[in-house]
Amino acid sequence: MNELVEFISNNLQLLYILILAIFIGVELIKNVPSVLHTPLMSGANALSGVVIVGALLVMLQAKPDDFLSLGLGFVAVILGILNVVGGFVVTDRMLQMFKKKK
Amino acid sequence: MTITLSIIYLITTIAFVIGLKMLGHPQTAKKGNLISGVGMGLAIVATIFLHDFEVPSINYILIGVALLIGTILGYLIAMKVAMTKMPELVSLFNGFGGGSALLIGLVEFGNFSEDATQTSTIIAAIIIGSLTFTGSLVAWAKLNGSMKDIRMPNYNLINNLVILALIAFGAYIVMYDSTNLLLIYLLLAASLIYGVLFVIPIGGADMPVVISLLNSLTGIAAAITGVLYGNMVMMVGGILVGSAGLILTFIMCKAMNRSLSNVIFGAFGGGETAMAAVGKTGGTIKKTTASDSAILMNYASKVVIVPGYGLAVAQAQHVIHELEELLTKKGVDVSYAIHPVAGRMPGHMNVLLAESNVSYDKLIEMDNINPQFPNTDVVLVVGANDVVNPAAHNDPSSPIYGMPILDVENAKHIIVNKRSMNAGYAGIENELFFNQKTSMLFGDAKSALTELVNELKNM
Repeated sequence: MNELVEFISNNLQLLYILILAIFIGVELIKNVPSVLHTPLMSGANALSGVVIVGALLVMLQAKPDDFLSLGLGFVAVILGILNVVGGFVVTDRMLQMFKKKK
Repeated sequence: MTITLSIIYLITTIAFVIGLKMLGHPQTAKKGNLISGVGMGLAIVATIFLHDFEVPSINYILIGVALLIGTILGYLIAMKVAMTKMPELVSLFNGFGGGSALLIGLVEFGNFSEDATQTSTIIAAIIIGSLTFTGSLVAWAKLNGSMKDIRMPNYNLINNLVILALIAFGAYIVMYDSTNLLLIYLLLAASLIYGVLFVIPIGGADMPVVISLLNSLTGIAAAITGVLYGNMVMMVGGILVGSAGLILTFIMCKAMNRSLSNVIFGAFGGGETAMAAVGKTGGTIKKTTASDSAILMNYASKVVIVPGYGLAVAQAQHVIHELEELLTKKGVDVSYAIHPVAGRMPGHMNVLLAESNVSYDKLIEMDNINPQFPNTDVVLVVGANDVVNPAAHNDPSSPIYGMPILDVENAKHIIVNKRSMNAGYAGIENELFFNQKTSMLFGDAKSALTELVNELKNM
């Protein structure tokens, strides 16, 4: 119990951010028309590519003789940027089609 | 972390929120996507250049090469793929994100071994990253048809035991052995296997829900790695995706009138019920020809088209638009009935029909079109099956019992275009096909519709 209290008091700011972000996410999506569900899912998928920032941090902090970290980080950057670029381009292509008509 | 970097992360976070908000309205969606894209680009560039580590130049070169490879590959894949393949593509990219998270967790394991909180975040990143990685790849393979549903006996029990064991195993590593690399590889392998086990038994009709859920999990994995680095943009961005994906998952479950646990644990076709449903139907079907269908539609005053995945597979979205225009010119009132889960993703049909310039206001959602069916002369069902199956209303033993459907059987005539009498993706017989008012127009959607269009032109 003490540990839990300690954890909460150490990470209070973090918990606030987490909970507020959860509510923002829910509120943003709640009333979206079903027409946009697929592009929205695709757009959200592109955003989850933000994990690339972590992959970059791995690469930036890796020692030049630490081949394991460098190698895994290298693949992680490729996968992350694939998620980002692919996600945004696909979403854009889908939305392009919505724009054309009218 | 420099203050400039923190400010840029803040700007990126705001761009994500605004972008996501704008994605929710048809007029602003494109701009919204662009805004979050620019935000992401800013965060990536800033992370590389505005830091206070000593970085050897070889690392910079490797980063540049990796970014270049990934960007070109991602761009090419995204531009080349046909619109009908979108669902599996989203799933594939999602898997890449999960893979990235798991690799980060793997590298960082051991670097923070003295702190239990950080070891737990690393373990969580590895478990969630791995299961979204393999889960998304399995979803991708199942959607493009190279992998079938496989159901082992008692897979629910097995899957639940595996996930509990994974959590217990992770907890053990955190508490007793937070430096043992061998254990972490074991955990990695088990999580990868769990991702496969998790998705493989889930029925095709439920795939949209699963992709959305996996998408949400990738967001959570990104957020967890963000906690590890104390990186705000990863944390907030990841949580946004996590909660947005989760709420989207629930919206989809609601459209099918099923709970999430029912989708995951009660996958379609506990063999016996499916068998029982097959036994009950039977009777005779009425075949029709393109010219008979054309006559029927030509003299109708109201026609409703129900598109399904078959339309996407046959790439028939342009022909169907031609048919719609032709009928409209002849004074027929034509609209499209869009079931929320028609196709393999929510809104799949909307995207597809938008590609062939079908006007927005012709696409009518389920709740608005259902009261109109009694006044409809002809319903044309193209490659849809489960979303028009009356068993959802009147057969409690059917696996889709209770799912809201398009009540096409209330219309005066129903023409069903299908390739053959095979059961739908959910593997259930459809008594609609044996209805007195139904006639079957067999054939590939594209060629059948082209024939229909030609017949109509000659009238």
